[in-house]
Amino acid sequence: MKAIVGKKDKSNRSDCYIELEILDSGGIQLEISSKVEPMFGRQNKEFVNELIKFFEIENAKILIDDYGALPFVLASRFETAFKRIFPNSDKKFLFPFSKHSKTKSNKEKLRRSRLYLPGNSPKLFINAGLHKPDGIILDLEDSVSPSEKDAARILVRNALRTVNFYNSERMVRINQLPLALSDLEEIIPNRVNLILIPKVESEEEIHSIENKINELKKIHSIKDEIYIMPIIESAKGIGNAYSIAKSSQIISSLAIGLEDYTADIGAERTNEGKESFYARSVIVNAAKAAGIQAIDTVFSDVADMEGLMNSVLEAKSLGFEGKGCIHPRQIQVVHRGFAPKPEEIEKAQKIVDAFKEAESKGLGVVSLGNKMIDPPVVKRALKIVNSNW
Amino acid sequence: MKLTKNNAGRLVPDKINGITQVPYKGIGKHKPKGFKAKPIIRSCADYPSDGNKIVANLKEALIKSGIKDGMTISTHHHFRDGDALTNQLFDTIKELGIKNIRWFPSASFPVHSHLLQYLEDGTIHHIEGSMNGPLGRYTSNGKMKGIGVLRSHGGRYQAVQDGEVHIDIAVIAAPTADEFGNATGDRGNTACGLLGFALVDSEFADRVIVATNNLVPFPCVPWQIQGNNVDFVVKVDNLGDSSKIVSGTTEVTKSPDRLLIAEYIAQFFEDAGLLKDGFSFQAGAGGINLAFAIYLKEMMKNKGIKARFIRGGSTKYLVEMLEEGLTDYILDGQTFDLEGVRSMRENSGHVNTSPFTSYNYHGKGNFAQLVDVAVLGATEVDLNFNANVVTHSDGYLLHGIGGWQNALFSKVTILAVPSFRDRIPVIVDNVTTLVGPSDLIDVIITERGIAINPKRKDLIQATKNSNLPIRKIKDIYDEVIEITGKPEKPNFDLNKPVAIVKWVDGTILDTIFKIRE
Repeated sequence: MKAIVGKKDKSNRSDCYIELEILDSGGIQLEISSKVEPMFGRQNKEFVNELIKFFEIENAKILIDDYGALPFVLASRFETAFKRIFPNSDKKFLFPFSKHSKTKSNKEKLRRSRLYLPGNSPKLFINAGLHKPDGIILDLEDSVSPSEKDAARILVRNALRTVNFYNSERMVRINQLPLALSDLEEIIPNRVNLILIPKVESEEEIHSIENKINELKKIHSIKDEIYIMPIIESAKGIGNAYSIAKSSQIISSLAIGLEDYTADIGAERTNEGKESFYARSVIVNAAKAAGIQAIDTVFSDVADMEGLMNSVLEAKSLGFEGKGCIHPRQIQVVHRGFAPKPEEIEKAQKIVDAFKEAESKGLGVVSLGNKMIDPPVVKRALKIVNSNW
Repeated sequence: MKLTKNNAGRLVPDKINGITQVPYKGIGKHKPKGFKAKPIIRSCADYPSDGNKIVANLKEALIKSGIKDGMTISTHHHFRDGDALTNQLFDTIKELGIKNIRWFPSASFPVHSHLLQYLEDGTIHHIEGSMNGPLGRYTSNGKMKGIGVLRSHGGRYQAVQDGEVHIDIAVIAAPTADEFGNATGDRGNTACGLLGFALVDSEFADRVIVATNNLVPFPCVPWQIQGNNVDFVVKVDNLGDSSKIVSGTTEVTKSPDRLLIAEYIAQFFEDAGLLKDGFSFQAGAGGINLAFAIYLKEMMKNKGIKARFIRGGSTKYLVEMLEEGLTDYILDGQTFDLEGVRSMRENSGHVNTSPFTSYNYHGKGNFAQLVDVAVLGATEVDLNFNANVVTHSDGYLLHGIGGWQNALFSKVTILAVPSFRDRIPVIVDNVTTLVGPSDLIDVIITERGIAINPKRKDLIQATKNSNLPIRKIKDIYDEVIEITGKPEKPNFDLNKPVAIVKWVDGTILDTIFKIRE
């Protein structure tokens, strides 16, 4: 019985390659070669021996090529190899939660930027938070090949427990049902703030996911709210957008994914975006009707910062509040694009002042000059004034 | 050989390769008295009356130069990893059966791993210059016969000037030369830029050979090396590949973390008040530095600020700044890309400098001191703001010093480094090898935050209200160790020094020991 995890390739930086072969006798034959041997060779060996003990492996040939993997990566790869041989084992090597693993969230927090990180590429995890996206998405879906879903799931679980994401909201994009349910089992117990659900077409899917989340929260005594962000990526999904948007109280935001949507309607995706104008407006309208955030798709040309800025400004003008990022350099551009203009802040401040005055006088109606101010406008003004842009 | 502790608390040998050494005493403390080294007297009566110094080939030039065992032979790195001449030179020396050469290059590159065989068979006794890549590994494994000496570009000039190194034969690669020996690097189909590193050799060596693949009729103008200092001219087919001057450390980074560092550097310039009309800076090679220059350029344009000079190596990014009028001059040391070479030829805003003008310790001042801000790299920086550029945390020798030590003398020195590489911390408790003393290192900029040397109260005060993540270096260190784990120290054999690091004044700053198997 033999399992292989990872690529045997020097360019597999911050990761490792493992061959695990379970034998009938002969004890443990362990061979580790490491790029960081002089500095971490002894520690690596001790740690691997701890893993061997934890997984109760008695006779095996183990070959590890280490390219600077951190302990959480090494443990993930080792566990993946073990589970590829023993798929029914319920052993999980769980790191203690680091002090950085708890990030407060709330339903209405700013979600201007969300940075997608391929869930099986650990070297991108460590510094992602330094670029200060509002949210970091550890992606188990499209960026992970079908054969590596198991590896990514374990890696993401371990990352959620150990990696410092520097206060970015901790998000995971799970796979479509039914794989989604196995994903949730690893992810929900590990202090995730928000789950992105891809390719949603109906409220039933949301209910299945929500039920699973509630079940797992109960088992693991999790009190903190875990939000969901459905991503609509098909004509059918757009057709059901409003019913999806209002299908659950834990939906914080509704997002659109245009790569798949344009393919679905048989149109080519253009920079101008005429082909998706209807769908994007439907998303905005459905989200606002359900009282949640409308979130735009990613901008995929990472070299074109001017194009990105135009795209953000256009999204903002349509009513979107966030945009997906696939490269850290996009984050600050997105934030600048969504930031209110000075005159918007000034106007919002006036409305907030008027609101406070009305409140202190016990008036039910807010007015500025001769104009009545409606509650949604007050709410928006409060958000502009109170957010840390 | 006895080891003593120098002024920086580092163990250094009293003698290496049979020569008595002076331990490092502190910055600006070592001031030798007496007179500089003297070049040998030559008379033009002994040279061809028609000025034609061409000989058939390298072999003949070496024989006519009187090559013999134990000599010191120098070469230069203006072709960087594209150098082809040095390998041919040592092939020839081997063919002549000469042994125990002290090779005195201005720098070595991976291409020179060809010479490992000559270190192995005794053709080369040891290297004084830099030991990069495979040569560094060979040295660290204790295989080199003599002890290596690492010097800065300025230190190389100093060592020749004060007689520490006497060059028997200098071999200078010249992309264009005439038969009299006038030579230049800025033209010809393998133009590589400046030949400034070879200047001291041409003035002090007993014999000077110019090798060129582009012979032009007298006069070769402008010349960077004067034919009046040259003994022989050799025509060779293959001098080197000048396109490889853009090698390794001269490409802009695409790494988001390094771009973040570059952005922090530019912002630090602004927040610390360093960005003002008429300022000057040095941006070396290295991905972060090149990216920083791009951010700085945008900032200068937006604010209408112009620099008086930039100290290169020229790159296309600096050339753009010159062409857009954002600086009056570029002071070139070496040239880092072909766009830099072109501009040097065409734009009078380039000033040709040499280690003498820029870095020399025995000069009456040098240009490096006049630079407002220098942005440099490092392999390690420690909690006391000491820095290393020659070894990594595994203890292996891997890089040369280049002009790095000399550039530390600018008014503000910034080291821009990732806080760790893969799993290897760059911010460490104590540098593996001391190459730059903390007194000259002012600011460390990493992707995890910026640390200012507590001695620079002025910079701390100036950036009090900055939004940049300015932190204590210990905080950054702790964060890195939490991520990577605490690395073990290399297992050095303290009985076996393999190389020494010289300070700019010729004293020994630190020792590199053999790695135990």
